[in-house]
Amino acid sequence: MPDHTNNMLQLTADRVFADHVAARELAAAESGVWPQAAWDAVESAGLTRALLPEAAGGYGVEPAEALSLLTVAGAHALPLPLAETMLAGWLLAGAGLAMPDGPLSVAPVRRGDALALTQHPGGWHLAGTVHRIPWGRSVTTLAAVAMHRGAAMVALVPSSGWTVQPGANLALEPRDTLRIAVDLPTEAVAPAGPDAGQLRAVGAALRCQQIAGALGQLVAMTTQYALDRTQFGRPIGKFQAVQHNLAILAGHAAAAAAAADSAAEAIAPLRLLPIAAAKQRCGEAAGVGAAIAHQVHGAIGFTYEHGLHYLTKRLWSWRDEFGNETEWASLLGRHMAEAGPDQLWTEISAV
Amino acid sequence: MQITFPPPPPCPEAEILRAEVRAFLADELAGRTPRQRAESWNGYDRDFSRKLGQRGWIGMTWPKRYGGHERNALERYVVLEEMLAAGAPVNMHWIADRQSGPLLLRAGSEAQRQAVLPRIAAGECGFCIGMSEPDSGSDLASVRTRAVPVQGGFLVNGTKLWTSGAHLADYMILFCRTGPGERHEGTSQLLVDLKHTKGLSIRPVRALSGEHHFNEVVFTDAFLPEDAVIGALGQGWAQVTSELAYERSGPERFLSTFQVVVELARALGPTPSDRGAIALGRLAAHMIALRRMSRSVAGMLQQGGNPALEAALVKEVGNTLEQEIPEIVRLLLDTEPEADGADQLAAVLGHTMLHIPSFSLRGGTREVLRGIIARGLGLR
Repeated sequence: MPDHTNNMLQLTADRVFADHVAARELAAAESGVWPQAAWDAVESAGLTRALLPEAAGGYGVEPAEALSLLTVAGAHALPLPLAETMLAGWLLAGAGLAMPDGPLSVAPVRRGDALALTQHPGGWHLAGTVHRIPWGRSVTTLAAVAMHRGAAMVALVPSSGWTVQPGANLALEPRDTLRIAVDLPTEAVAPAGPDAGQLRAVGAALRCQQIAGALGQLVAMTTQYALDRTQFGRPIGKFQAVQHNLAILAGHAAAAAAAADSAAEAIAPLRLLPIAAAKQRCGEAAGVGAAIAHQVHGAIGFTYEHGLHYLTKRLWSWRDEFGNETEWASLLGRHMAEAGPDQLWTEISAV
Repeated sequence: MQITFPPPPPCPEAEILRAEVRAFLADELAGRTPRQRAESWNGYDRDFSRKLGQRGWIGMTWPKRYGGHERNALERYVVLEEMLAAGAPVNMHWIADRQSGPLLLRAGSEAQRQAVLPRIAAGECGFCIGMSEPDSGSDLASVRTRAVPVQGGFLVNGTKLWTSGAHLADYMILFCRTGPGERHEGTSQLLVDLKHTKGLSIRPVRALSGEHHFNEVVFTDAFLPEDAVIGALGQGWAQVTSELAYERSGPERFLSTFQVVVELARALGPTPSDRGAIALGRLAAHMIALRRMSRSVAGMLQQGGNPALEAALVKEVGNTLEQEIPEIVRLLLDTEPEADGADQLAAVLGHTMLHIPSFSLRGGTREVLRGIIARGLGLR
């Protein structure tokens, strides 16, 4: 087994996911069935609130440890908006708004998307179209960031406030276009801690955890397959070419795990550069890792029946969400260029 | 099989030290050109090593009674990475500090420790590694050099090859056969005083750049005293393999071509093109992840673990990155590489390219390391 269970929270998460997520649930989720039993188990175990302070129902662990449960979710290809609900909870907590129960998501998530927030007597009006909203059709509430008079605000939007145009990522996780037009009471809007850019950064840090977890699982299951599958009279894992591909996969998985850990440590207080570096590194590892896992699995891994694709389709999706390698490398590279050649090492070693 | 890189332990003392090291290097290396800095840990300067010794930056983690400074592995790591990032000429003491000294600390006799360790820590004594032979490269267990017991010691016959720095070093750690048995059995490590042992001939083997780094060392009835044995006779294989985590996980496994990245940043300027920014950011992202992995291994070594698999992963991922760097940079900048010359960008690129094939050979070939990783995964 990959090492995705080295703290209590991860152990708890692993048990919950193992009990509720198997091939049947993953296939059902792809066909559009909301896994209610799995959600209930996740929520009643308190996992959705792991990032909150203990007083608000959290586990009272460091943010980096709270995020680590998402490596377990990634390893299980958990077909639920757990990362998104944690992200919404983090955004709401920063604005002093209470986190409601039920599955949540956030907006906007795409660069260039923005919502218009206007104040009127007795409340607020929020309007606009946002794209690729994770689990838009499934969530009860959206935590949305919008600017008002030059200040970032957070709005708590009920699902009655939008219409859905369905979309999906390659793993058929909902990524919907929401047309929002809603009047909100005064108390549903508050000055934000983080702005939309910082929201995307923390979203990227969460995706890094999921990618690292999925890659760890790829190493484990691909190694096991190479030991089990016999050709030319011996397990294919005895062939040096296959061993070397698995070693390359393990290297990328290790680098992704290290990068994801440093991103998790960078969310409180929020530091963009470790997250930028991590999303670049994890995104690259996701592509290489998925390719090797498929090559070693051969034709069986290309079938729907074999479970490998639940992980690889997520890896091919997550690397592009909340900014791909190009976006984050560019941010990091511009920072380094501005610092200049003689400060380059100072900057790298400070991340 | 679990592969974990636990977070490097926090070490506030190390950051105070980092400022001292940076100030020292800014002063000492002020006149060093980019091309000279690109020599990385091949740069050799006895005076510089002696100054580091005086600062207490060699043998940092060793006990004070052997000239060490009883600092922790993370503090030592800071010194190493700052030296590499600045392109300091550290070759004279590098191997002694990294693996020969630690080997003597673990397995050496009290007399060996007393005789050698304080001199290493003072930056006055360099080591080379006598492992490879003409017919034993990756397959170290096939060595044929043999030390035959005679009155008062051993007579050694055989040939060592690719011995980096043997012509400059004061001592060699010789890995050879001392007893019966095949392959791993009957091997030992012996301390060879290169300046005072008769029956040695050290001949240069020039590298493709024309430079003299490595050597052929021929032993012809060379006499070594009984007390040259390091550790127990016959324990050579176990001792050699325990050195490898030290040899393979350090920052020199991903920073050998760092000066090329520095020159890339210089050429791009403060407002780079999209292509330039993306390339520079990607390289920084990879170095940041590797640095965390490498520091994690330093933490594991500090706690007495044997992270051989994790060290192999650092070297595998790190060598791939450091070899990729010049290929990326040459396509971004319109420069024709030169081995040397006034154009510093061309010279850094050229010098680096002429040394790059060795990075995935030295310290264990890429193929050997991938085999070790595969074994760690349970495939062999």
